Amino acid sequence: MGKRGSLPLVAMRWMIVSEWRTYPSRTVIAVLAIALGVALGFAVHLINGSALSEFDHAIQTVSGDADLQVHATSAAGFSEALYPQLARVPGIAKVSPVVELHAQAQGHVALTILGLDVLNAAVVTPRLLGRRSDGRRDPSDFFSDSAIFLSAAAMQASGRRVGQSIDITSMGHSASFRIIGDLPGIPAGQAIGVMDIAAAQWRFGQLGKLQRLDFRLAPSADRAQLSSALALRLPLGAEIVTRHNEETRSDSLSRAYRVNLDMLALMALLTGGFLVYSAQSLSVARRRPQFALIRVLGLERRSLVAQIFLEALVVGAVGALAGLLLGLGLAAAALHLLGSDLGGGYFSGGVPHLSFAPGAAFAFGALGVAASLVGGLLPARDAARSQPALALKNLGDAIDPRVRPRIRLALLFVVLGAAGSLAPAVNGLPIFGYASMALLLAGGIAMMPWLARTLLWIFLRRPISNVSLSLAIQRLWGAPSQAALALSGIVASTSLMIAMAVMVVSFRGSVEAWLYQVLPADLYLALDDSGVGGGFDAVTQNNMRHVEGVAWMGFMKETPLRLAPDKPDVWLIARTVDGPAGGLPLLSPGLAVPPNDIPVWVSEPAAGIYGIHPGDHLVLPIAGVTPRVFVAGIWRDYGRQQGSIVIDSDTYTRLTGDARRSIASVALKKGALADAVITRLRAVLPAGVADHLSVSRSQEIRSKGIAAFDRSFAITYLLEAIPILVGLIGVAATVSAQTLARIKEFGMLRHIGVLRRQIVAMLIAEGALLGAIGGIAGIGLGLAMSQILIRVVNPQSFHWTMDTRIPWLLFAIVIIALIIAAGGTALFAGRRALSTAAVTAVREDW
Amino acid sequence: MLTVTSLCKAVPGGRVLFQDLNLTVGKGQFVAITGESGVGKSTLLNLLAGLDRADAGSVVIGGIALEPLQDDALTRLRRDRIGFVFQAFHVLPHLDLAHNVALPLVLQKVDAHEALAKAAGMLEAIGLGGRGADYPRQLSGGELQRVAIARALIHRPGLILADEPTGNLDPETAAKVMALFVDQVREAGASVVLVTHSPVSAAVADRVLHLTRDGLVEHG
Repeated sequence: MGKRGSLPLVAMRWMIVSEWRTYPSRTVIAVLAIALGVALGFAVHLINGSALSEFDHAIQTVSGDADLQVHATSAAGFSEALYPQLARVPGIAKVSPVVELHAQAQGHVALTILGLDVLNAAVVTPRLLGRRSDGRRDPSDFFSDSAIFLSAAAMQASGRRVGQSIDITSMGHSASFRIIGDLPGIPAGQAIGVMDIAAAQWRFGQLGKLQRLDFRLAPSADRAQLSSALALRLPLGAEIVTRHNEETRSDSLSRAYRVNLDMLALMALLTGGFLVYSAQSLSVARRRPQFALIRVLGLERRSLVAQIFLEALVVGAVGALAGLLLGLGLAAAALHLLGSDLGGGYFSGGVPHLSFAPGAAFAFGALGVAASLVGGLLPARDAARSQPALALKNLGDAIDPRVRPRIRLALLFVVLGAAGSLAPAVNGLPIFGYASMALLLAGGIAMMPWLARTLLWIFLRRPISNVSLSLAIQRLWGAPSQAALALSGIVASTSLMIAMAVMVVSFRGSVEAWLYQVLPADLYLALDDSGVGGGFDAVTQNNMRHVEGVAWMGFMKETPLRLAPDKPDVWLIARTVDGPAGGLPLLSPGLAVPPNDIPVWVSEPAAGIYGIHPGDHLVLPIAGVTPRVFVAGIWRDYGRQQGSIVIDSDTYTRLTGDARRSIASVALKKGALADAVITRLRAVLPAGVADHLSVSRSQEIRSKGIAAFDRSFAITYLLEAIPILVGLIGVAATVSAQTLARIKEFGMLRHIGVLRRQIVAMLIAEGALLGAIGGIAGIGLGLAMSQILIRVVNPQSFHWTMDTRIPWLLFAIVIIALIIAAGGTALFAGRRALSTAAVTAVREDW
Repeated sequence: MLTVTSLCKAVPGGRVLFQDLNLTVGKGQFVAITGESGVGKSTLLNLLAGLDRADAGSVVIGGIALEPLQDDALTRLRRDRIGFVFQAFHVLPHLDLAHNVALPLVLQKVDAHEALAKAAGMLEAIGLGGRGADYPRQLSGGELQRVAIARALIHRPGLILADEPTGNLDPETAAKVMALFVDQVREAGASVVLVTHSPVSAAVADRVLHLTRDGLVEHG
């Protein structure tokens, strides 16, 4: 009785090809939706990956291929006596001592200065050696105390060439050097200067100090054992650093940002999946009588399901392939035109090369296909369950007003989503947070039929005299599943956009409020160079306080502090914590400090990265001392993602002997003119210091801060816009398809006397109601998802919390836009449908 | 070919359509079933085709009982042994005539070229030779029904089930289509169960049965 097992491929191919040939635009739209989602995700991933690869390469470059390194944990460095001690450790072939300083050239160009012992560096880190301008590698030039080799990027940024002089400032010391050559081993984009180590120590106040030791190990040396042996000999203030640690540290700086961007881009793909679901569902609904016929003729259920899955598979495969190619092009164009920094500020400078990632390409391609297959899953199930006999009569099970929309599955998704939001981060990433957003989204979409019917019930309580409106409401109420179908794509994209918008508005508002809290003064004065040894000395500070027009002043210093080898440096901030210049934005009331304990206040990010809580005790490696401190509170700091620790200024001076401060906050007396006070302040500064002073008004700093915030979220706004576009195309396609499928219904209405314009009005009303329902659903769902972004994703990714703020105006705009889009689409499609003669429409089979 | 024994069926709501209905259709026999609207003629046809389940009784087609069969097995039975002609033609609008007619053969996994060649022959036999590349919307109602007849017979089924095949046609066309239908089924040697309102259509049958609430009553 016929062959079992194999599928009737020829029959399936005829059905699929004829469908696509007859309705090519719908298939193209579904393919485009998948392609856009894959392209966005792949492009963002490639850009970030290329930038990170370049970043890692930069680290390797500065590290110079050393097998192992010992780094100072603060800018103060460690004693150079450590160098001969460690050089004698068995297994060490060679040690190259390094002075590594952050500096400024010509007053404005940031660069890294490396002071090298050329003889040792030639063995351990030969890539860091300079080349004379005439092409000769003459080691004797390295010993000059006024010679420097600059990388191409350093020369370009400073506007200086080989043979010219360049002024460099670091650690509070300035000196002029002659550029005698370049650094051929340093790749493009890295601003580095290399000089003799003794010259660097002398010129920049580092006599007796080093910041780094680079090791070349003996061929037979065991790296792990050697690391342990070295670590035992290290004083506080120095640590072993491997390349892996360096890469992990730099990777961790931007990982959360990159992952969140990837997730955002994947949201576009998710929207594409919903669009495929809408398109497939509509296609199945329209072809219900055809499927019934072919089931009657002898196509098995599983073959019908296989056919629909095959359609989804081809759409997904073509879309994914197109998306990968488009994504590659987008990434190349973006890197060429915009560079690699997508606004986060992690990768600014340089033009990285595009690094193609075959693994990522496969993953995004597979995701595109998966999105399409999942989109076809439910329609395939519906088609298989359809009763052939009923469908042939075109009664079908498409509309049965007696059937109540089910809500249990939707509620299950919502509950699972809520539960998932309580889960902790996985390896520092909010995986469960994003999973819970996806579950909420699925639950919200599944709830659409119930929501549509619930919202429309309000209108049904009293009879409506207007024929068109009454027909529209009855139609939507009677077929809520069809309404939900039209809306699933737009609800998905609207909710994602709303979630992002609420999060960004909340974040922006919180940042603005924070800026007002942390910038209480009128003026801020900063010296270009910071670090131990730089800044306003105690006498200058006192003189500045007594300048006419000054109400009060606060002084501050920021120095990098390494608490762990594989984590980014935190900023140690020595500042006034009492009085008008004090006042940290604490997240909870500060704890009472136990007697004899040194209080510090840890920022949110630092607390999150290192697992610090109020009441904890920490040991801080500060400039050669290691005080045990008490965590008195956690404060909000949006300015330093890697974390910061505040210590009282006087306490810092007492511990380190360093009284210099590099940042001053100035509050003006009532009536004092800012420009006059600035002039008077400059006058009391020591000679030469005023040249390195920058003055900013607090309003300028706040404006720049907000502008930096907006820049960092620019790519987010773009990634929000794409799903909206996909969703709008989706609602246009599905409303259009549903309308065209009702030609016979319109023909019947015309037969019984409903005017053409009344049918058009009915369609506009249906579209507008769909848009309103979709807007309400999207906003509600988006608000729920925004709370996951605000309370789960951001804290777990960036260790930042924020206060929720609602963009009411945006909500109103969204609803109006959706009403217009859906109503307009229904009007356009309705006019096309009504162009068919009523008699012809009723007579047609299909 | 077809044996129905003690068939019972009630519709949702409890109304009994028929009870203890019996029917036998021999090989090559042409049986017409008439009856008032709503008496259950189409439902009976759905039961014979395995598209619906009876409340009690049995249907045996070519020695195979339908009751124990699951959906896939019923589907294969229809594919291999039954041909259908509908009142509303139900020709697929997106396939040309040749592909529409060849569809039952490709469902049986017959080679596509062979199937299309046979379809061309069938179209010739029903007077639509050379129009295999035309699409359904290019045809009149009578022509569409002829295509449906060709599709119903191309795979040489033992049983043809026809539900008001001339219901949508004018009398003159209906007569021509019925004549063609009878010629083709006689040539194929198929058994036929024809449901119809039309006395003209019923007149071509070997037996005419009238379906009432009490069951099938033989006419004449």
